[in-house]
Amino acid sequence: MDLEEKVPQQAPFTQHQQKWEDPSILDYSTRIKPPFQPFNQTHPAMLSDNQDEVLIQDGAVNELLQASEVQDWDPSAMLNNLSFLEQKIHQLQDLVHLIIGRKGQVLGRPDELVAQQQQLVTADLTSIIVQLISTAGSLLPSGKRTLSAATPSLEQSGQFGGVVFPSAQGLNDGVQPQNGCGSKVSELPNPVNVSRKNGNEQNHVIEEHELKDEEEDVEEGESLLPGTYELLQLEKEEILAPHTHFCTICGKGFKRDANLRMHMRGHGDEYKTPGALAKPTKDSGSEPAIIKRYSCPYVGCKRNKDHKKFQPLKTILCVKNHYKRTHCDKSYICSRCNTKKFSVIADLKTHEKHCGKDRWLCSCGTTFSRKDKLFGHIALFQGHTPAIPSEEDKEPAGPYDRGDGDQAANKIGSMNIKFSSNVSSETEAQSSVDIKGSIDDPAGYFSPLNFDTCNFGGFHEFPRSPFDDSESSFAFLLSGSCSYSQKSED
Amino acid sequence: MKFQSKRIHHHHPLSPLSSSNLFDILTEEIVCKILDHLHEDPFAIKSFSLACKSFYFIESRHRGSLRPLRAELLPRTFHRYPFVSHLDLSLCPCVDDGTLNVISSTWKATLKSINLSRSRFFTNAGLSSLFINCSGLVEVDLSNATHLTDLAASAIAEARSLEKLSLARCKLITDMGIGCIAVGCRKLKSLCLKWCLRVGDLGVELIALKCKQIRSLDLSYLPITEKCLNSVLELQNLEDLVLEGCHGIDDDGLSTLEQSCKSLKMLNLSNCQNVTHMGLSSLINGTEQLQQIILAYGSSVTSDLAKCLYTYSKLQSIKLDGCIITWSGIKAMACLRAPIKELSFSKCLGLTDDGLSFLVQSHKDMRKLDITCCRKITYTSIDSITSSCTSLTYLRMESCSLVPKEAFVLIGERCSFLEELDATDNEIDDEGLKSISRCSKLSILKLGICSNISDEGLAKVGSRCSQLKELDLYRSTAVNDVGISAIADGCPALEMINIAYNDKITDKSLISLSKCGMLKALEIRGCLGVSSTGVSAIAVGCKQLTVLDIKKCFNINDNGMLPLAQFSQNLKQINLSYCSVTDVGLVALASISRLQNMTILHLAGLTPNGLAAALLACRALTKVKLHASFRPLLSQSILGYMEAHGCVFHWRDKAFQKEMDPKGWKLHFGKNSREVA
Repeated sequence: MDLEEKVPQQAPFTQHQQKWEDPSILDYSTRIKPPFQPFNQTHPAMLSDNQDEVLIQDGAVNELLQASEVQDWDPSAMLNNLSFLEQKIHQLQDLVHLIIGRKGQVLGRPDELVAQQQQLVTADLTSIIVQLISTAGSLLPSGKRTLSAATPSLEQSGQFGGVVFPSAQGLNDGVQPQNGCGSKVSELPNPVNVSRKNGNEQNHVIEEHELKDEEEDVEEGESLLPGTYELLQLEKEEILAPHTHFCTICGKGFKRDANLRMHMRGHGDEYKTPGALAKPTKDSGSEPAIIKRYSCPYVGCKRNKDHKKFQPLKTILCVKNHYKRTHCDKSYICSRCNTKKFSVIADLKTHEKHCGKDRWLCSCGTTFSRKDKLFGHIALFQGHTPAIPSEEDKEPAGPYDRGDGDQAANKIGSMNIKFSSNVSSETEAQSSVDIKGSIDDPAGYFSPLNFDTCNFGGFHEFPRSPFDDSESSFAFLLSGSCSYSQKSED
Repeated sequence: MKFQSKRIHHHHPLSPLSSSNLFDILTEEIVCKILDHLHEDPFAIKSFSLACKSFYFIESRHRGSLRPLRAELLPRTFHRYPFVSHLDLSLCPCVDDGTLNVISSTWKATLKSINLSRSRFFTNAGLSSLFINCSGLVEVDLSNATHLTDLAASAIAEARSLEKLSLARCKLITDMGIGCIAVGCRKLKSLCLKWCLRVGDLGVELIALKCKQIRSLDLSYLPITEKCLNSVLELQNLEDLVLEGCHGIDDDGLSTLEQSCKSLKMLNLSNCQNVTHMGLSSLINGTEQLQQIILAYGSSVTSDLAKCLYTYSKLQSIKLDGCIITWSGIKAMACLRAPIKELSFSKCLGLTDDGLSFLVQSHKDMRKLDITCCRKITYTSIDSITSSCTSLTYLRMESCSLVPKEAFVLIGERCSFLEELDATDNEIDDEGLKSISRCSKLSILKLGICSNISDEGLAKVGSRCSQLKELDLYRSTAVNDVGISAIADGCPALEMINIAYNDKITDKSLISLSKCGMLKALEIRGCLGVSSTGVSAIAVGCKQLTVLDIKKCFNINDNGMLPLAQFSQNLKQINLSYCSVTDVGLVALASISRLQNMTILHLAGLTPNGLAAALLACRALTKVKLHASFRPLLSQSILGYMEAHGCVFHWRDKAFQKEMDPKGWKLHFGKNSREVA
């Protein structure tokens, strides 16, 4: 794996770039066609609770994927796969309905039946997941990376099989906390597991500096000489994936550090030691780390390593926010003013907090939440002047109905309340699913199954792109595992 | 007649054809030249224009400035003066939007300057029409317009050619309004924002960024910090910068300044307690042109502070009023490279003989010196000052209580160029006064509470100081009618005299003072020997009289008021408290069309009806001080009517004072107790 090699200089990147520019790779036609066959074969193994077995399966899958890599991608096969998956999902859905419906009756002797049900569901799920991965994998630009990406996913799917649903009760229990988790996912662009206080600096930076980090990078005017740091360039797909933990070897992103550590095992035996797998303690980062800087994959961007005045980005988070802000559509529209657009959801949230409080108005119509920003604007532009509201305008009501905006802002919160109350009754739980699905955020409710998120169109973590499908297939696994970890910690 | 009117309309030079009028021989040019020289006497122009129709016509075309007495008459007089460029409305308290509309539609672009500093009742709507129509406005004074908001400021921003703007005390205007002005009035050269408490760094900074031609900037008492000063100091033409009472400015902030203003000539840092020599040096760093620096009521004057000023070779004036003066500071000041011409040490308690003597010896070119209330200095200092600074023109030394009478002889002997001397509350006697009378250019002489001077000294002043304009003899009780007569005879230019609380003064003094045709202000409070006769003489003789204070002149009654009403048409301000004036006298006074300010407390013969009649008749009143007991007796509608016309009532509740000397002044004249109020 070329990316596995640590790349201290720019040279490897050029290599990497070349690889990208290779049209045979760019048209994504070299990748696999994921036959369902092999996965179906793995199915029985997945039913086992034994993780080692799953790992062995990993190897098998890898082989299969590698073997299929040379074959051309067949869209019709893809369609078949997807239809098949859809069918399977519906079946599983029915099964779960059934389980929910019967739950009241089996209360007397739950253990046995519950165990059976759980095994059944788990098996189906695992199979769906694995199939999805292979389908998605066919769309990934690099077959080799597909493998490395797929590997941990499978591990996680193994976890699903083994741990997530120890009992049928677990499924039910799962619903309630998932609500919280789901809403969290929808609120935060990069959900961070706060409970994990590992040494990963990025992890800490994220929430507080999300909006600032990129700017800070500029302000500091870093004067690192080229060559004194390791330069990494993530690809667009990786940037747009909702990850916060990145593999230093291959660059793959994860939502949780635990998942990353699991992933690291694929890179060699040294990562398989109990020490490497355990939660890193705070002082473990004391050894001098190689300074890493990042390059934006967008050619022509000042943050791209080929730019004349290249300024590297400091963290992966910087890369993500930079890329989204600069090179992506602004798909988040403020529900209050319906004018301001953002590509980073955190920016939208920040804006919405202050939207409507913009009382500093310029003659050009631009509003500012801070007076000094307005005055900076006026100082900069000839002919612009502070706009003084006439006496009639001084009524308390803003330019739009404030009530609506507040409603929108509270939507998520109220939804959560609704769902948690609904969950208390099984029959209503079903209806709540419908409600939720019809609204826009199934991620929370379905978290064990939340590979659906993208298809539902609710989980707008990033703008759609030609790669959407493949991205989402990774996203679902990771967000799924996210839900899992969240739950298991509870 | 037809011919004449036609000629007027066509602006033809006046021809001698109409031989019936000798004045027609004069060309319009000559008449205009004559008019240019008629500014001294406000009535001169009036009588000139009434001489004949052509003069009337020429005067109305020639008039460039107008200072109307009553705004409500303006609409009728506008068409008479089509070329007015300077409009001073400071006598009109009541200027509403309608008036401003008339003004703007009458003069349009002709109008160059307008003064609304004393006017109220107009709003941003009126200002908007003014600034849109009068695009030629260069100078606008909107001080004291405490009701104006940012909307008014955005109206001002329409005045694109505005160069001078005063917004002092416009407390409602914020950064936003100032921002509008900064963007709109790009030609501003002078801006006063004193007391605009809602204007901060952002507004000032924008002014500095947008109005690059600013020469004079008054930012007194603004809540600003050093943040805006970088931009302010970047102004290439800035000459005067006033930062009085800017408490947000301190040493730490000033130390971050990167800019220096090379053009700066005057810096006022009064009342900036947080600025020491450190801040000062970063503020004036690189200002080669610095001429005047005012550090009154600031940090103490140390050698460090004085050393800051060492290199400024053009420095002429330093004001350190109310500062703590150290000996080392004085020594360092003596070493300044520039010859200082003006020094002010008013109320500098630490100033000693040694320090002052040392200082004046190295600044011999001193012209102005203020050592008011420097109570440690003695004969030694005056000796040094007078021997070193012989070209002194201005000396203020009120209440220098340790200076003996002999010292004043030195002043007269050595400083013969003296134009202004304040020796209030000093030991000066007739010998000193005789010596000082050698200063033939003496124009202002203050001898209040100088009980040692008498007619003898005053006679000398009267005989030698013919240019005397102001004489203060407040509570100088040894002065008699003879001395006043000598002044009246020898000082025809006298404009102001105060003889208050002198019971030796009689009508004779006033009769002799009535010869002073230029007299504008007369204060004879508590002169029991004065009666209506004296006041009548003044009224007849002193046509320019504008301020008259006859408080506690119990012998003055209605008989004094009638001549005032008849002759003193320029009277603006009068204090009648305790006089024996009744309704009749007051109503008579009300006919004085210019009367604006009246104080009428404890008038024994005044009834509510008489007062009401007088108030209603007095159309120009802006301020009336009345006893609170009248408040319930006057009809609310009258008060409302007066207030709507711009009159402000001050209600006082002071008890009647029978004694002439309720505070025991006479007891305080001893040397050791000088607690003078």
